[in-house]
Amino acid sequence: MARMKMAGDALANDPFAAAFATQDIQGRSLWIDAWHRLLKNRAAVASGSTMFLMVLAVVFGPMLSPWAPDFTDWEHTASPPSLVNGHWFGTDAVGRDILVRTLEGGRISLLVGLVATLVSLVIGVSYGSVAGYYGGVTDRMMMRIVDIIYALPFMFFVILLMVVFGRHIILIFVAIGAVNWLDMARIVRGQTLGLKNTEFVEAAQACGVSDKAIIVRHIVPNLLGVVMVYVTLTIPHVILVESFLSFLGLGVQEPMSSWGALVNDGAQDMESSPWTLIFPATFLAVTLYCFNYIGDGMRDALDPKDRV
Amino acid sequence: MTEPVLRVQDLAVYFSSRTGSLLRREERVLRAVDGISFDLNPGETLGIVGESGSGKSTLARAILGLLSPNRGRVLWMGEDLTRLEAEPMRQKRKELQIVFQDPVASLNPRMTAGSIIAEPLWTFYPQMESLQVEERTRGMMKMVGLLPNQINRYPHEFSGGQCQRIGIARSLVLNPKLLICDEPVSALDVSIQAQIINLLRDLQKKLGLALIFVAHDLSIVRHISDRVMVMYMGRSMEVAEKTALYRRPLHPYSRALMKSVLIPDPVRAREVKQEVWLKGDMPSPFSPPRGCIFHSRCPYQVPRCQADVPALRRMENGNWVACHRAEELDLSI
Amino acid sequence: MSLLEVKNLQVSFATPEGEVHAVNGIDFAVSTGETLAIVGESGSGKSQLVMAIMGLLAQNGRASGQALFKGEDLLQKTPRELNKVRGSQIAMIFQDPMTSLNPYLTVEQQMTEVVMYHQKLGRHEAFEHAVEMLRAVRIPDAEERIHEYPHEYSGGMRQRVMIAMSLLCEPDLLIADEPTTALDVTVQAQITYLIGELRKKTRMAMILITHDLAVVAGISDRILVMYAGQMVESGTVEDIFYRAHHPYTRGLLASVPRLDRDASDDLQAIPGNPPNLLALPGGCCFRDRCTQAQEICSQPPPMWRDERGHRSRCVLEMPDGRVENDSAGEAGSAAEESAP
Repeated sequence: MARMKMAGDALANDPFAAAFATQDIQGRSLWIDAWHRLLKNRAAVASGSTMFLMVLAVVFGPMLSPWAPDFTDWEHTASPPSLVNGHWFGTDAVGRDILVRTLEGGRISLLVGLVATLVSLVIGVSYGSVAGYYGGVTDRMMMRIVDIIYALPFMFFVILLMVVFGRHIILIFVAIGAVNWLDMARIVRGQTLGLKNTEFVEAAQACGVSDKAIIVRHIVPNLLGVVMVYVTLTIPHVILVESFLSFLGLGVQEPMSSWGALVNDGAQDMESSPWTLIFPATFLAVTLYCFNYIGDGMRDALDPKDRV
Repeated sequence: MTEPVLRVQDLAVYFSSRTGSLLRREERVLRAVDGISFDLNPGETLGIVGESGSGKSTLARAILGLLSPNRGRVLWMGEDLTRLEAEPMRQKRKELQIVFQDPVASLNPRMTAGSIIAEPLWTFYPQMESLQVEERTRGMMKMVGLLPNQINRYPHEFSGGQCQRIGIARSLVLNPKLLICDEPVSALDVSIQAQIINLLRDLQKKLGLALIFVAHDLSIVRHISDRVMVMYMGRSMEVAEKTALYRRPLHPYSRALMKSVLIPDPVRAREVKQEVWLKGDMPSPFSPPRGCIFHSRCPYQVPRCQADVPALRRMENGNWVACHRAEELDLSI
Repeated sequence: MSLLEVKNLQVSFATPEGEVHAVNGIDFAVSTGETLAIVGESGSGKSQLVMAIMGLLAQNGRASGQALFKGEDLLQKTPRELNKVRGSQIAMIFQDPMTSLNPYLTVEQQMTEVVMYHQKLGRHEAFEHAVEMLRAVRIPDAEERIHEYPHEYSGGMRQRVMIAMSLLCEPDLLIADEPTTALDVTVQAQITYLIGELRKKTRMAMILITHDLAVVAGISDRILVMYAGQMVESGTVEDIFYRAHHPYTRGLLASVPRLDRDASDDLQAIPGNPPNLLALPGGCCFRDRCTQAQEICSQPPPMWRDERGHRSRCVLEMPDGRVENDSAGEAGSAAEESAP
């Protein structure tokens, strides 16, 4: 007892403890730590800012533009970029403004990227964590289902959807989301297998915490770091897949457009009017680069090895 | 004589591992815990000591129902825990708690100290008001020697010793009647170990807990235990009252463990001879020695040790030992 | 001349919370055939001290001062030059042997590779030499077991392999960082005994790092006690164990649970927690945990030494007029003043 009291006295004598004794000390969570480290990473911050501007431009740009995306300016068909006639990025063969079409296309591309990733995130994390946590037969059954879906050829799957339901933007979300959550589920399951043997999960079990609460409170928050890094790599991947589909003519339909569709159009007129290819391709490339740098930065920021 | 709160009877936990090719499967059985029995009285502390691989942590988990035993009974207040369904067992967890070895790994790094300590309350008393929960949490923090105003801090902002205090607070928040400490100090600095041991002993007295203290070192157990069980390869070698054990162990393995404790005194440490330690390593748990499980490393073995398995038997002084030669050997320290 | 002489060594780390001074002006020397133990809690900077000497600091770490090994400053060497010194002239053993053994190579492959690289021996001689070393560390059936992979060895045997590997090139200095902490008591005793034997047989100098004074009692010549990056006491083993001047050293000794005395029920603990290097109390850094702290302890304590060369940084035990003029104390106090 005496020794206990001594320890208590030592705590009381601590000037820092005394200063805060009446007031709760705010802790710094690992997320805040990681966020501070991320802010120190120049490439990631630059990429993040670029993406922020990109989103602003894509959302509000078309509203500010004097041209509608499907407006045909017959006086300036296939015009090169020019400040004089107001088509800063030039026009395509039928006189549509490339700038507004690029921004409009960006809406679709980024939306596809975000929505499809979100879908795969939600399904993948819940599916993977449940399979990993329960293990055994449940795990084997659930992962075999994943394997089976994996084995379906992606293009065949997309074409099948198109044939049955007709071409629609929603179908693209569904098709891409349906394939992408498989990877997410596998990653999450792998992480969960490691986490469920940690002592803090065992401690929660010993305290009688329900399985659901363990997954929600202990497993998922601890694998979100890995998942978030993967998400930043999934978004550009999904954008690329959409572009690829559009390039093949399976993506969005006229008059709607996406970066992939624009690049497809531009590639056909590449020799006569290269600007129709260059601008959308640049936007697409910049976006992909930015997400990769953000992903890199997040991986470094979340890596606990850096901590001293 | 009071009725024991916990009776462990012939408890056994086996792990099997499959090896070999797809066509020629071989199943190897590891007897992690092989027929352990003991009683624990209310307010009593039992130390369980053994090297790594002796099955002491497995035993702790099997008592708590975190692992299902292959054989035997765990009678808690007369009720067999091994036969309980999931939900009644979950309710019993209020009464049986555990403190883990690695203070940092046993705390969720994404949760604050306060929510870690409060989690058992959320689980068993979901209707409890948050103000009440917080009050109780702060009270627990004070009790284990933490400043209550650190309630919002995260585990990585505490030192190892403080993290172990959080773990202790979590295990005590439900007012358990039995606390199992699974090597609670082996990951801590020597200077901090003593703090935690003194804390556990004081809390035990204050709360009237029954305590099982698992360790790999006899010197640490000595300061907290009333009785000590020495385990080797899943079996109990000796169960003895503290004073008797440390003065005159009955089993050669207990003596070897005791002699291996380093002496913090340069002159006496230099005089130590190597012969008193165990020869070699623990044999493979997949093919344990026949007869006495310890005979391959025992300096006192006789032919009989290779043939017969010695039963754990009661000696005149009331202590238990599993050695054929217990009567004839004088192993006084 | 000393084999290794460290002068005013400072190690600091740049962290988001500010500059952390892990090691604050340490001086010591090790001669051939001598064993020095560096003792301290986690956070005392004992590991960072040797990491700095070996050039193995983390990327955000910076070391200054001097570490003269055979007269050459290790801190000034390029990584390539250091690589030559490490392994051949200075060897190191870590707490967890598994981190320094490659799990995909047999012990034989790992050992012969080292000898062939550093000593330019042929494969056959290298093998013979490796087996000889394994026998020296008492591994039974060394010729057979050398062909096994690290995971086929037990923890204690792995640590023996690590010691054998570190001895392959007959280093002049062996640094062991908590070599027995991860091991069982019985194995700990065996490994400690083995290190003690090596100490008697070879003329190798050794630096042992530990948090447990009991480990080094029988196997070291001198002991350096560190707290919060500073040296608080240093002297011969007998000085430290029988005539300690610093309350911290006495606290460390008292907290070792021992079987060679009657069990008084109370275990002596050092109150409080290991130092937080970002929030040290001014003056004596042990002040907030010291049961004997007084008013005078809020001044930076001087380093003093008695006639036997036993040095201590506790002002309370200092006889009059014994202050040693050392740069470390000043550097330490300067750093404390500049801290927020």
